[in-house]
Amino acid sequence: MAAAIGLSNVDVAFHLADGGTFRAVEAANLTVEDGEFVAIVGPTGCGKSTLLNIAAGLIAPAAGKVAVFGSALSALNRQAGYLFQADALFPWKTALENVAIGLETAGVAREEARTRAKTWLTRVGLGSFGGRYPHMLSGGQRKRVGLAQVLIRDPKILLMDEPFGPLDAQTRQIMGNLLLDLWSADRKAVLFVTHDLEEAIALSDRVVIMSAGPASHIIGNWRVPLARPRDIAEIKLDQAFHALHREIWQALKDEVIKGYMQTGGG
Amino acid sequence: MPRTNLIVLQILVAVVAVGLWYLLSTYRVFGYMLLPPFFFSNPVDVAKQIVEWFASGVIWKHLWVTLIESILAFVSGSIGGVLVGFWFALQPRTAAVFDPYVKMVNSLPRVVLAPIFTLWLGLGIWSKVALGFTLVFFIVFFNVYQGVKEVSPTVLANARMLGMNKRQLMRHVYWPSAMSWMFSSLHTSVGFAVVGAVVGEYLGAAAGLGYLIQQADGVFDAAGVFAGMFVLAAFVLVIDAAVSVVERRLLVWRPAPSEARP
Repeated sequence: MAAAIGLSNVDVAFHLADGGTFRAVEAANLTVEDGEFVAIVGPTGCGKSTLLNIAAGLIAPAAGKVAVFGSALSALNRQAGYLFQADALFPWKTALENVAIGLETAGVAREEARTRAKTWLTRVGLGSFGGRYPHMLSGGQRKRVGLAQVLIRDPKILLMDEPFGPLDAQTRQIMGNLLLDLWSADRKAVLFVTHDLEEAIALSDRVVIMSAGPASHIIGNWRVPLARPRDIAEIKLDQAFHALHREIWQALKDEVIKGYMQTGGG
Repeated sequence: MPRTNLIVLQILVAVVAVGLWYLLSTYRVFGYMLLPPFFFSNPVDVAKQIVEWFASGVIWKHLWVTLIESILAFVSGSIGGVLVGFWFALQPRTAAVFDPYVKMVNSLPRVVLAPIFTLWLGLGIWSKVALGFTLVFFIVFFNVYQGVKEVSPTVLANARMLGMNKRQLMRHVYWPSAMSWMFSSLHTSVGFAVVGAVVGEYLGAAAGLGYLIQQADGVFDAAGVFAGMFVLAAFVLVIDAAVSVVERRLLVWRPAPSEARP
C-alpha cells in the first residue's frame, strides 16, 4: 500500500519583495506510512511548517513530487486535517458550531452535525462548553475544540503545526495524552511539527530532524522504539527515552545554535 | 465607582451647568451680563419652549420626519457600503482603479453636496436621505472592505482545510468578519445618518428638527435654537441607546473590552 504522504526531492522557494527568491527547503524526502506518527523537529525558522503546508496542499513546491496515498497532490489535500499553531477557530461561532462546521461543509444536515459535534466535544472533555465562544475559553480549551473540529471530519491524515506550542507545560502534557488517546482509537497517519524534542520523542513513532534554514534539509531520521500505549509524563523517565534523546540531541544541537544565530537569537 | 454614585455625579454636572447658565443669564456679575439673554436665552425660557412643543404636539411631526430620514439614510448607506465593500475587497483590480476617486469623494466635505441634492431631489425628505447616504456609505464601505481584507490568514486556511467552497467561505468567514467591523462602527454610522438628516433640514426643508432650529435661528429666537438643540440631543441619546442594545445582541461572540484588560 502506498504511503499516506510521500515527499520526494521537494524544494520550496518563496518570492521576495525585492525580486529575489528565498530557498526555504531543499531536496526534502519524507514518507509517512498509513497509521504512522511522525514528528518533525528543527530549530526556529527551518521550514518545518513549510513542509506541513506542502503536505496540506496550501502551498506548491518549486520542484519535486508530493504524493498522497500514491496519487500526486495538485490542489488542497482533501484527505488531511490540519491543526494550526495560531488560533484558527471561527471567533463568531460557538465551540459547538466550530466543531460542527466541518461536517456541515461536507453536506451533513445541521441537526446531525450538531449531535455529532456534541459527542466530539465530550470526547475532548468539553461537553458542557458547547455554548461558549472561543474568547471565553482558555488556550488549552481552544486547542481541544480545534482538535475536535479537525477529527470530526475523520481525515485519513492529521497535520499538526506546533499545536501545543503556546500552552503551559502541564497543559501540554495533558493535551499530548489526549492526542495519543484519540489517535490510538483509529491510528491515522500523523505529521507533527514541533521544536520540542522531548515532545516529539514522547508522541511519535519516528523523529525527523531538519537543519537550520535557509535551504534547510532533512538531516536525520530516528525510530522511536518505545512501547505503546504511552503516558507522556511517565515515558520521559524511561531509560530508553533518555538514550534516544541524547543521541538525537547530538545531531540537533549544532543546528539549533546555527538557527539561533541566523534569527538573531530570537 | 458604584453605579448610584456615578449617576449622582453625572446628574450633578447637569445641575451645575444649568444652574450657572441660569445665574449668569439672569444676574449681572460686577455690572456685566456674562450671558446676555438675547444670545443665550435662559434655561426657564428654553424649558417653556420645549414643554410647549410637546404640549401642542407640533414636535412629533418634526421628530418623525428626522427619524425617517435618518433610518432611510442609514439603511441605504449600509446596503450600498456592504455591497461595494465586498465587491472591492474581492476584486483588488477594481479597487485599485477606483481608489483615487473613492478618496476624492470621501475627502469632500459632504455639506457642499446638500444644495445639489436639494436641486435634484427637492425640499422633501429625499435630499436629506441622499446627504445622509453619502456620509454613512463611506463609513460602512471602509469597514466592510477592511473586514473582508483583514480576515486572519490562519482562520482562512483552516476554513479551506475544513473543506469550505467559495460560497461557504463567503457565508462562514468573510460575511461575519465584515459584519463585525460594520457593527463596531454602528454608533458612528448611525450618528452620521442623523447628522446628514439634520444638516440637510437646516439648509432647506419644510419639516424636521433641523428645520425647527433653522426657523428659530432666522428670527433670533435663542430660546427656540437651544430648545431644538436639547430635543435633538435627547433624540440622539435615545437612538444611541437603541444601537447599544442591538450591538450587544449582534456581537456576543466578541470579548468585552473590560475582559481584555490584564
